[in-house]
Amino acid sequence: MEDDAPVIYGLEFQARALTAQTAETDAIRFLVGTQSLKFENQIHVIEFDDENNIINKNVLLHQAGEIWHIGASPADKAVLTTCYNKSESHCLYLFFFFLILLSRASFPTASDSRVVSCAAVWRMPCDLETESHESPDDSAHNPQALELLCHLDDSTYGNAACVLWEPMGDGKRVISLADNHALLWDLQESFTQAKVSSTATLEGKGQLKFTSGKWSPHHNSSQFATANETAIRAWDLRTMSQIYCIENAHGQLVRDLDFNPNRQYYLASCGDDCKVKFWDVRNVQEPVKTLEDHSHWVWSVRYNHSHDQLVLTASSDSRLILSNMVSISSEPFGHLVDDDELSEGEDNHQEEKNKEPLKDSVVSTYEEHEDSVYAAEWSSADPWLFASLSYDGRLVINRVPRALKYRILL
Amino acid sequence: LILIRRIAPSPVPMDVEGDDSALPEDSGRRRKVHGMLKLYYGLNEEGKSNEQPQALDPCDINGPHFDPEIYMNKLRRECTLAELMDQETCMVKQIRSLDSDMQTLVYENYNKFISATDTIRKMKNDFKKMEDEMDCLSANMEAITDFSARISGTLQDQHTQITKLSGVHTLLRKLQFLFELPARLNKCLELQAYSQAVSSHRRARCVLQQYSHLPSFRGIQDDCHAIMDKLAQELRQKFRDGGTSAKDLSECVELLLQLDEPAEELCDKFLSHARSRLESDLQGLEAEIRPHSSSSRRESSFHRSSLTAAAASDELLHAFVDDLAACYFSLVERRIQEEKSVGDNSLLVRALDRFHRRLQAVAKLLPGSSVPHHGTEIVIRAATERVKQYLSALQSFYMDSLTDVRQALATPRLSVAGGASHLGGAELLSSLSASILNQIKSVLASVHLFTAKDITFSNKPYFKGEFCSQGVRESLVVSFIKFICQSSRQFCESAGDKGGSTPPILLLLLSRLCLDYETSTISYILTLTDEQFLVQHHTPVTPVTALCAEAREAAQKLLNHYVKVQGLIISQMLRKSVETRDWVNTIEPRNVRAVMKRVVEDATSIDVQVGLLYEEGVRKAHSSDSSKRTFSVYSSSRQQAARYAASYTPSAPLDTNLLSNIHKLFSERIDIFSSVEFNKVSVMTGIIKISLKTFLECVRLRTFGRYGLQQIQVDCHYLQMYLWRFVSDENLVHFLLDEIVGSSAHRCLDPAPMEQSVIEVICERG
Repeated sequence: MEDDAPVIYGLEFQARALTAQTAETDAIRFLVGTQSLKFENQIHVIEFDDENNIINKNVLLHQAGEIWHIGASPADKAVLTTCYNKSESHCLYLFFFFLILLSRASFPTASDSRVVSCAAVWRMPCDLETESHESPDDSAHNPQALELLCHLDDSTYGNAACVLWEPMGDGKRVISLADNHALLWDLQESFTQAKVSSTATLEGKGQLKFTSGKWSPHHNSSQFATANETAIRAWDLRTMSQIYCIENAHGQLVRDLDFNPNRQYYLASCGDDCKVKFWDVRNVQEPVKTLEDHSHWVWSVRYNHSHDQLVLTASSDSRLILSNMVSISSEPFGHLVDDDELSEGEDNHQEEKNKEPLKDSVVSTYEEHEDSVYAAEWSSADPWLFASLSYDGRLVINRVPRALKYRILL
Repeated sequence: LILIRRIAPSPVPMDVEGDDSALPEDSGRRRKVHGMLKLYYGLNEEGKSNEQPQALDPCDINGPHFDPEIYMNKLRRECTLAELMDQETCMVKQIRSLDSDMQTLVYENYNKFISATDTIRKMKNDFKKMEDEMDCLSANMEAITDFSARISGTLQDQHTQITKLSGVHTLLRKLQFLFELPARLNKCLELQAYSQAVSSHRRARCVLQQYSHLPSFRGIQDDCHAIMDKLAQELRQKFRDGGTSAKDLSECVELLLQLDEPAEELCDKFLSHARSRLESDLQGLEAEIRPHSSSSRRESSFHRSSLTAAAASDELLHAFVDDLAACYFSLVERRIQEEKSVGDNSLLVRALDRFHRRLQAVAKLLPGSSVPHHGTEIVIRAATERVKQYLSALQSFYMDSLTDVRQALATPRLSVAGGASHLGGAELLSSLSASILNQIKSVLASVHLFTAKDITFSNKPYFKGEFCSQGVRESLVVSFIKFICQSSRQFCESAGDKGGSTPPILLLLLSRLCLDYETSTISYILTLTDEQFLVQHHTPVTPVTALCAEAREAAQKLLNHYVKVQGLIISQMLRKSVETRDWVNTIEPRNVRAVMKRVVEDATSIDVQVGLLYEEGVRKAHSSDSSKRTFSVYSSSRQQAARYAASYTPSAPLDTNLLSNIHKLFSERIDIFSSVEFNKVSVMTGIIKISLKTFLECVRLRTFGRYGLQQIQVDCHYLQMYLWRFVSDENLVHFLLDEIVGSSAHRCLDPAPMEQSVIEVICERG
């Protein structure tokens, strides 16, 4: 059978934030946050019907501001976090308007507006009516709003860059990265209260700023890694101190990183030098492997959750690349299964022993996007499915090519 | 037709015979005519030889066995009447034409026949006269013989008497020698002229033996024996002492051998002497391993001496020689290994040559020995070692010259300000490549000494074949070129992470160097090598094309890296300028930001830099009104800005994306960090692409106020005014700048674009 054609969904607004609905393991669902300075921002809950190849969407209003980062709780389907920009200009405008009226002087009106980034925890309304993407009464539909659970109020620490959920736990702990601080929050009373339980601060000269981070699923979820400028640092949550640091991990800014879900010492990073690097954190002098397939900055790198040889990278050269990194995966010689395990059933995870191993290679390059691709995510429900989002609001859902899928499984 | 051809040649032999008898001296011409006739009948030499088996056929009209009777019978039997008639007429016609041919030939040659007849007649007369004279001569000769016989007859008696007398004289002389022998031997013994004594004795020995029954002779013999015994005693004594020189020693042995001493015993003794002597010499050699050439000379003389005993026992000697040779070779090798300085190769080659020549001498004396073989191996090893040293010398030379270039690049930059500092690029490149080429040439010349005609080992198969192809060509020249490419590539990789440890101009320079190598230098060097070394070996060698491809790849990589580095430098400026500014609360733009001016300045200086080393390259045809184009583009971008502004009405939120997407559908995808071509325009396009894309991405991460947007507009317009001239396709700049302005409009809280005229005024003001 042919590979299915990619499914494309267009948002009305520009967008950068994409996540899979992590707690959902049956339906293929992605969350997209829009960026618009003028209009009410939205979160699109996009459900992909694999059988019929149809996208169903749900639009939720995110009135607080434009969304820069979005994270879905791994424990509760309905809970999510966003980092958003709030511009405080409007109210100030009014204020100044009065001033101008009063003083009749020509004040520069916009000079005092301010943009701050905040983070908050939200709950989606539970009765999401699914509506088909193709439905004609698109505009007539009146979207519901998100319910604010609590602010991760970190204005004292600076602008929030992203919020990380604890990967394995009960969804009660998040880390938010704000400027040069990492804050560990405890969410209490069913998410309505957030309390900072500990903080870590990156000291150094100049204005240091975390660009992104990732909570490691290994070591009992006691570690997380952050990226600032060209360095990658890992922190221990218990002591909130630095464990290791990869200085100059990339020639330019490090944009994103991801932990190998199956190999605890492996981590992937990407950045403005157009490279994707794979690190063994026990020896951070040299990357284990470097990919140079993109022709512009790489904004996102993601390991497949179950088959860590599959790595997804998104770049502002408008391309999405799926690579097959067999040699540094947890299954370098294919999936090894015992006989008795084999007899258990025909579940996805019970495979026959593989033939000859596959080689490291680019599986395919997806060119459906016309603008920079800032985010790419694997589905949490179907390990063979992934979505990517470009700045012009185009969400593309693709599948791993069947041939490769069978190669890995069989 | 076949038949006709068969019949037709029949007159030919007749013709030839006629010629033969008539004109013996005109054979050249005859052959020519014959040839012509043959040509006429389509018969040539090969044809004849082909028909050889048919020659026996009596029906073959050309064959020697032609039998007219059988032929006629055959014809009559096989052919119809009509055919016979035809054939007859045909044959008659042929005969007639041949007859006429013959006639013309005869006429043509008539004059010559006549003159030939005359000559023959004259010759007959002359011969008669000569005969008479000869008769006279023979009569005279007979008279002379008679006379001489008579003379010898009269002298016969005297002659026999003289012979007898001389015989007696010699006998007497011999006898005198014999009688004087003991005295002479004694005297020799006194004077230690042993060899003379031995030779005298040898001469007399058999005579004495023969006449020993005569008492007088016996006395002499006994005396001689006594003296010779003494002599032998003395010799043996001397031999045993061993203190004498090698030459004396070998003389002793020789004499003793002549005195019928047992050869085996002598041999053993001699060898043991020689060994101790040689070992002590080797030790001396080891101690002062310096004067290499002299040592080899000395050593070989020992060999020569040791070989005098060769006749005695081959096996023993072989073992002996091998043993010592191994010792010696290890010394020589150590010595050669110490020869590290690359300076003067000729000295080493000469020393090796001398070494090899001496061993050659040994080989002549000892045909079965493996010594010369080992010696050649040492020479080969030394040669390969040399080649390796030269390679490393070349490599270090290359690295040194790169360091020099680096310094040369760094110094003027300090003294001269601005873009003029890079003017030296082209000269630096030419001097660099010239010095490298010279170095290669001089190394080749030095290595070439190994294969010079007057060097003995140069005609060994190794030096003729493998040394040239594998040694010089592959492991010296090819390796060096590969090294250049590889080190160039390393510049790309190592500098990539640390960022700018290599000055970008050096990358550019190296890229050009590699490109030059690809286009001409490699093939030149290899041709030079092949010519000098006449590579005949058939082992596979690296083809020129492979090397060229490698060089080109390196050049490409360097140039790409150059673009990347320069692009990143500009990008970094732009990024910092965008990231560090508060775009929401900024004042109304009055000037182009300084960073933009800097960007344009940098682009200009890069343009100059690249222009010195690379050709201009092709641009897409400029519209003649490029300056005006900036206005129109600007206005379009203004329209776009206006469009964004307009589209921010709740009624039509989709339009924005729709429009920009349609716009994108028609513009090609731009690869930012893509490979560039080897020309200035392409390089500049690459750099500007990288810079503007960075600008775009940074703008998208920020939020703008009204004046922030206007500042971006001003900046973009300024870039627009200056950057289009550098790139191959100005639409690219337009497109990217449009995107930037569009994106900032998008990211603007209060998108109120600035008036075009105001922007222009600001930009004009600079």
